[in-house]
This record gives sequence, C-alpha cells and structure tokens, in this order.
Amino acid sequence: MTLNDIHIDNQLYPILKNVSDPEIPVLSIIDLGVVRSAHLEDGKAKVEITPTYSGCPAMDMITDEVEKALREKGYEPEVKLILSPAWTTDWMTEEGKKALKDYGIAPPTDAVSDKQALLGNKKVIECTNCGSTNTKLVSQFASTACKAMFQCEDCGEPFDYFKCLT
Amino acid sequence: MNNKNLQQYIYSIADNALILGQRLGELCGHGPTLETDIALTNIALDLLGQTRSYYQYIAQELMKEDQTEDDLAFLRKEREYRNVQLVEQPNHDFAYIIVRQYFFDVFHHRFLSRLQRSKNVNLEAIASKSIKEAAYHERFSGDWLKRLGDGTAESHQRAQQAVDDLWVYTDELFHTTDDDQACIDAGHGVDVTSFKSEYFQVITDLLEEATLKVPETEFFQKGGKKGIHTEHMGYLLAEMQYMQRTYPDMKW
Repeated sequence: MTLNDIHIDNQLYPILKNVSDPEIPVLSIIDLGVVRSAHLEDGKAKVEITPTYSGCPAMDMITDEVEKALREKGYEPEVKLILSPAWTTDWMTEEGKKALKDYGIAPPTDAVSDKQALLGNKKVIECTNCGSTNTKLVSQFASTACKAMFQCEDCGEPFDYFKCLT
Repeated sequence: MNNKNLQQYIYSIADNALILGQRLGELCGHGPTLETDIALTNIALDLLGQTRSYYQYIAQELMKEDQTEDDLAFLRKEREYRNVQLVEQPNHDFAYIIVRQYFFDVFHHRFLSRLQRSKNVNLEAIASKSIKEAAYHERFSGDWLKRLGDGTAESHQRAQQAVDDLWVYTDELFHTTDDDQACIDAGHGVDVTSFKSEYFQVITDLLEEATLKVPETEFFQKGGKKGIHTEHMGYLLAEMQYMQRTYPDMKW
C-alpha cells in the first residue's frame, strides 16, 4: 500500500486537510498519512483512519475532531478506526515532512539510514536548528512514542526525530 | 475451535500486554532518569494500545452480552486473567524492570511475527501493527541489559540477581493450554514451542555479551496461563481496578 492507494473525495479533502494532529499542530492528518479513505455514501461521510502507534493517545481526539469538522460542513460523519495495513512513515507526504522540519522535529529518513542513526552507527539525522548532521541519539523514546530524542553536537540543540516506521 | 477457546486464547495474549503495561505505568514519574522514565511509559502506552485492540475484538465481535473493553480490563477477577507470571513481577529495581522486559520482548517479537500469519484477520491485523513496536522494545531492553551487565560492579551484580530471580518464569511463555491448542489446530493461534530454542539461544547470546551467567536450573514456575498467579498479582489488580470497583460505571 502506498500514498497512491489512498482515496479521498474532493469535497471532503479540504475539510480533512484542516484537521491537525493534536500533538503536532502544524501537521494535517492528511499529511501525516492517517486518513486511509474518505468518501460520501448514502448521505454519510465515511472516513477510515489508522493509528500511527497502537497506543497513540491522539487517535480518540483525531476521531472527535474529524467528526466535528464534518458536522460543521453539514455532513453526517462515520469514522472508523482500522489497523490493517499498518501505517508506515512512507505515508507521510513531502509537505508533511517539511511542516515537521519547520516546526523543529526532524522528519523520518529512509529505513536504512534510520536504523544506522538509531543504533548510533552513522550520523545522518539533520539538526533542525543548524542543519548539521553531527548529531547523536540521546534516547530511543522522546515526548511521544513516535519520536526519538537527538542532540546536535555542533550547536547543542536538543530536538525530536520522528522515527521511521516501515 | 469454539468461541470460548478463541476468547481465552486472546486473553492470554492481551493480558500479558495489559499487566506489563500496568507495571510499567507504575513507573510514570519514578523512572531512574527522565529519558528512561519516558521510554518505559512509552512502552507501557504501546502495550496498552495493543491490549485495547484485542479487547475491542473480544467485546465487539466475540461476546454476546453487552460488554466493553473497559469491562474486560477492570472487572474480571484474578483467576480470570491469563497472563504469564513473568509480567506481573514487581518493579524491584531498574535491573528487574529491564530483565523482565527483555525476557518478555524477545518472546513477544517472535510471537507476533508468527501471529501475522494467523488465519484470523483481526489477530493478523493487530500483530502486523504491534510487531514494529515490539521489535523496538526488544532493542531498548536488550541495549540496557548489555549496559547493566557490562557496567559497574553494582549494576552487574543487580542484573545477575534479576536474571537469576526471573529466569524461573521464562519457561511458562512456552506452555500450551487446551484453549491454545484448539486455536493452533484451527490455524488461528501460534505454536509457541516452534521458537522456544530460538528464544533461549537469543537470550543466552545476549547474556554472554553482557558478561552475565545463564542460570542453571531445572525448576520453573507456571500457572499464570491457567489463572494461577503469584501473590503480586492481587496487589496489582487492587490498584488497577480500584476506581471501577469503588465507583461502578464511572467514566472520565
């Protein structure tokens, strides 16, 4: 499953685009890749969303926000949580990755570089402050389960890195 | 395989995640350092999220009565929990927490990789979601165990003590109940004996790297999978279920 397999009706797209991840307000749930499908059927707006991590506490809130946004535009919402196929960071859009970076969270790299970075074998994660790749892993888990904590050894900036999940 | 076999089988998977999640949740605000505190509670969150998926499946699709995931978590009695005794062991010190975690993670990761091939679409989906988390947990606990074993004299001694004390709970991970067997025969469950030798080989290799001794014992504890728990379980449930028992049907 890739980004191309995600189908969102044109009428619903702008509404969902305006719903953001409560933990990362700059990131739309569409750009995060958690909206699996959205379409109008029998007068209802049926939306399927998938969690990034099993215990992601944002999912209940995202569900509420999606329902609220759809109701405001006059649609009767029906939001369903689905698990399969499991979310990967590949579903995050380029726009989403840029929003993360501008916000101060290093976006996920590819799977190979990610592994090297998290095992401390290779310095590849770019500092969100100065852009240096002279960065080190501080902790495998950061403020949320989807992030790891890094620190820049050039400018000293501590920052979150959104872990690659494939 | 009947409905009861399947329910009991799913409890045996979900209850491990719930009880270990509860144990790790106790550490919120009490971890030895800020980073490990956050890491352990993040792992707790993953495990509780997985638990919810399993319980929702039981409550919504397998039960006739009007039950919710919360009822399953909070209103069962001790004997009705199917978790192994390993996961209910208390947070004695950081070495215990890490060793308990590593002994579980090595099992959990391999278990889920096989559950991904289950004929049961719900279990297959939950496993495919959870395995990425379990793999990451194993990396975390394995790294720490190496560091503790190969660290100072004090950390080495404590890690060895934890390994010696918790070792007796490892064998139970590979027990098969009648309910398990019925689910395995139907292609829904995982035959855990198929990766038992791999499990002990992985652990032995890591303990050696951590300069720790592999315990030599023929005696192992068992019972959790049949609802017989160690004395720690009652205290854990008393704390976990307190609110629902005191104020029935309360909600946030």
